[in-house]
Amino acid sequence: MKTKKKTKIRWKRYLPIYLIALPGLIYLFCNNYLPMFGIIIAFKDLNFREGIFGSEWCGFDNFEFLFRSDTAWTIIRNTVLYNIAFIILGTIIAVAFAIFLNEIRNKFASRTYQTLILLPYLIGWVIVSYLVYAFLSADTGLINKSILEPLGLHPINWYSDTKYWPFILIFVYIWKSCGYSMIIYFASIVGISQDYYEAARIDGATKWQQIKSITLPLLKPTVITMFILSVGRIFNSDFGLFYLVPRNSGVLYSVTQTIDVYVYNALMQNSDYGMSSAASVFQSIVGFALVIIANMIIRKTNKESALF
Amino acid sequence: MAVIPFILLVIASFSDNQWVMANGISFFPKEWSTSAYAYILNEWGTIGRAYLMTIIVTVIGTVLSVLLTTTLAYALTDKSLPGVKILSFLCIFTMLFNGGIVASFYVWVNVFNIRNTIWALIFPNLMMNAFNIILVKNYYNSSIPDSLKEAARIDGAGEIRIFTQIVFPLSKPIIATIGLMTAIAYWNDWTNGLYYLTERNGSQYYTIQLVLNTINENISFLASHAGQSGAISVADIPSTTVRMAIAVVGVIPILIAYPFFQKYFVKGITLGGVKE
Repeated sequence: MKTKKKTKIRWKRYLPIYLIALPGLIYLFCNNYLPMFGIIIAFKDLNFREGIFGSEWCGFDNFEFLFRSDTAWTIIRNTVLYNIAFIILGTIIAVAFAIFLNEIRNKFASRTYQTLILLPYLIGWVIVSYLVYAFLSADTGLINKSILEPLGLHPINWYSDTKYWPFILIFVYIWKSCGYSMIIYFASIVGISQDYYEAARIDGATKWQQIKSITLPLLKPTVITMFILSVGRIFNSDFGLFYLVPRNSGVLYSVTQTIDVYVYNALMQNSDYGMSSAASVFQSIVGFALVIIANMIIRKTNKESALF
Repeated sequence: MAVIPFILLVIASFSDNQWVMANGISFFPKEWSTSAYAYILNEWGTIGRAYLMTIIVTVIGTVLSVLLTTTLAYALTDKSLPGVKILSFLCIFTMLFNGGIVASFYVWVNVFNIRNTIWALIFPNLMMNAFNIILVKNYYNSSIPDSLKEAARIDGAGEIRIFTQIVFPLSKPIIATIGLMTAIAYWNDWTNGLYYLTERNGSQYYTIQLVLNTINENISFLASHAGQSGAISVADIPSTTVRMAIAVVGVIPILIAYPFFQKYFVKGITLGGVKE
């Protein structure tokens, strides 16, 4: 009798909370969990008339097709190499800027600087691709018309020459994203207690020594957290950067096509469900494995920095 | 470094198109012109519609997003709730694993049938993510004491009242943070349109970003979608400068929202913490 009453009270207390949580859970179910079942598309020979469940199983045929092609190697190489470059250069530049920003004593200058450097992060990729085009366009671009021509150099056909693109893409990525990571590092530098620096100054430490032995070591947990997050996403790429900025130019595919761009082109231009789903399932499974592994390694070496 | 390209964009939009065609985009054009903006005003049918669509999508998306995120985060803060660990896991797991682009495309198109509707721009991906849920949850945990909720409970307030009258009003800073982040994501979004709207049947829902993306390849999109302008031939469109001018128009709201964003963004990161 007593327990029954207790459960009733508990229900009265908790039911509203479940109700409050329900809309959010429904959304997660539709947007995140239903597609997880959609993974089976990659193992099916999808036939629209039959739907997912009516279509024939084809085992790993889609994956076999994908990995037999040369494209598979190119898109995986592009995705991974660009991400490695982004992680290494991005971290170094953002940390350097954050330390530099912290050294600016003038409040106004520091504010202005923060404001300006974060701006590109908020601008959409469509606009960014326009900005890049204003510089690189073959007939009207600033670089060809205002720099190369007056110097008597030949104009360059930027959008059809592969050799420049690794640099252009890395530059554009860092230009757009470095403000965001810099703010995160800056926030944790500001959180470091001034006492350490005080003590160091009394002991006669130079600025460089202070940075090397106080700021950098104390910044390490944040850097590691950001690092795990980016390693987990090493098989993902920013669709806007690799699709819009090179203007989806076919000539450039060998250096600009990443897994995401490939999936889009295969799915939307060729309606090739087999290849595109194989590539995207490969991407999410390897990504998942990488997060788990990265987190395990971090947990072994430095427990506090682990994500979970 | 960060702003130079924007200055170039604005200057290009005010340059004379003929001059640009001959001499290229430059920081110091010899001939200025407002014809690009005049053209935009003339074709306001297409661009104004896209603008309105962007605003509608951004507002609906952001409001829904804030509601879903704050409510779910509220449930996760109640440690005595049976099954709360499972709920947290369900949220965090979405950060680690997903079904991939093709599977979510299939689900949204074939299960929910949102292709070529306005919902295509609102529902997929953008509305809620685990990162924001954790941010809000951490804020609740650190800034709203349990004793406050307990006191309200003793006074006989139900959970829904506690949420709407105590927790929600007290969490304005974090709501501003995630609200602004979501609004900017919606404003800048173009991938949902690319995947779920076709030019033939969905272009009435095109947002400003999608119009920009379309005229990038095909400036005649502007002409073919404006009612009376059939007389103007495509060759008469000051194409280069009009593109730049529309980009400027699309960027202005971000620049206006920017000072607020910066204030709350930095605060939000420090408050919620990047870590779970």
